[in-house]
Amino acid sequence: MTPSAAILPQTTSAVAMIRTLGLIAALCGFIIVSAYQGTYDAVQENKRIAVERAVFKVMPTARSIVEYVASPAGAVVKVGAGDTAKSAAPLGGIKFYAGYDATGKLAGIAAEGVAKGYSDNVRILFAYDPASATITGFGLVAMRETPGIGDKILVDKNFLANFPLEAKLTGDLKKLAQAIVTVKHGSKTHPWEIDAITGATITSRAVGRAINDAAQMLLPRIVPQLSELKEKP
Amino acid sequence: MNASTTERWDEFMEGIWRQNPLFVMVLGLCPALAVTVSAVNALSMGLATTFVLTCSCVLVSLLRKLIPKEVRIATYIVIIATFVTVVDYLIQAISLALYDALGAFIQLIVVNCIILGRAEAHASKNPLLPTLINALGMSAGFTLGLFALGSVREILGAGAFFGVSLFGPDFQPWVVMVLPPGGFFVLGAWLLIFAAIARRKQKKLAEQGVGGQNA
Repeated sequence: MTPSAAILPQTTSAVAMIRTLGLIAALCGFIIVSAYQGTYDAVQENKRIAVERAVFKVMPTARSIVEYVASPAGAVVKVGAGDTAKSAAPLGGIKFYAGYDATGKLAGIAAEGVAKGYSDNVRILFAYDPASATITGFGLVAMRETPGIGDKILVDKNFLANFPLEAKLTGDLKKLAQAIVTVKHGSKTHPWEIDAITGATITSRAVGRAINDAAQMLLPRIVPQLSELKEKP
Repeated sequence: MNASTTERWDEFMEGIWRQNPLFVMVLGLCPALAVTVSAVNALSMGLATTFVLTCSCVLVSLLRKLIPKEVRIATYIVIIATFVTVVDYLIQAISLALYDALGAFIQLIVVNCIILGRAEAHASKNPLLPTLINALGMSAGFTLGLFALGSVREILGAGAFFGVSLFGPDFQPWVVMVLPPGGFFVLGAWLLIFAAIARRKQKKLAEQGVGGQNA
């Protein structure tokens, strides 16, 4: 019957479909891999510059930085330049940066901390000065706090005056002698307390928690090893 | 201008004016509202979308006779995803700060309905040159739309344009403009302006038409 033949849809053979999909997948694969390889060096260089810029900002006296990983067993392992972080980092290791001054002496240690802010996580990079056992300052890695409110943590003079912040360890070097806490604006009485910004209490607290959590984890691992870090390797 | 040039110009302007993806078709709202907090972000997002839209449509047009209709959507998505991955790497190579500012919205270009819509409705049925012109026109329309949103939001919400402060240190920024609600306010205002202009133009054309008949 001709009418049924007329409405029969034109079919494509399975081979044709698989051939086309396979060909396009191969072509797209080639494009993606070329783009990845072509941009790899530039991307790695950008990442290195971004880290250096952030570390130098929180440690103004540092002239060069070396990346380390502090393993749970208490050893500090130097991370090779570039992308070997994964192969060198032991499980559960914490990354930190040792900054050295022009003469090759340890100028400070920088590490990342993260805590929940008003919207999303607040990620900061803070600097620790081993000589005075204080947190000397912090810089921002990423946050999505309300513009004009949460971002005051970077410019508010009274807030920045919280630093240097005491971060001494207990006698057995197992944890901080005094946990770093953010207190209500105007009620700071101890050198390990952070005076919050009025109106930006949640973001202020996030900074305190981020520093405290990271310092509680990291400092007991690296303070016993400071002699190893003293000179630039 | 000869007839074919006029036609091509018309095809290009279609995306900018009559079929503007943002202000007339109201497509691609997710990046349009999310990343247009500054002129630079808006322009970068527009250019990234331009790259993906143009490359995907060109490839779809070149392969249109080879692609069986049963698997066309899968094919388009693979092609679009490929160029989104390429643009993702390119932006990382150009500037990490920009990459962080645009966030997940670079990867989300893959689900921007303007691109799949163009591939399906235009590129799959037309040869290379008209496809290229149409894709460039649509991209330009989308980029201009994002830029219109981004510059207004940056000027009102941060008192700056391309990061350059406009009103001096005493300016109290209208912060809501760089927050999500500001995106809706500004988009609404632009839609209103666009619709008003289009209506006025239509009215004029109608009056001219009537006048012509009477004469």
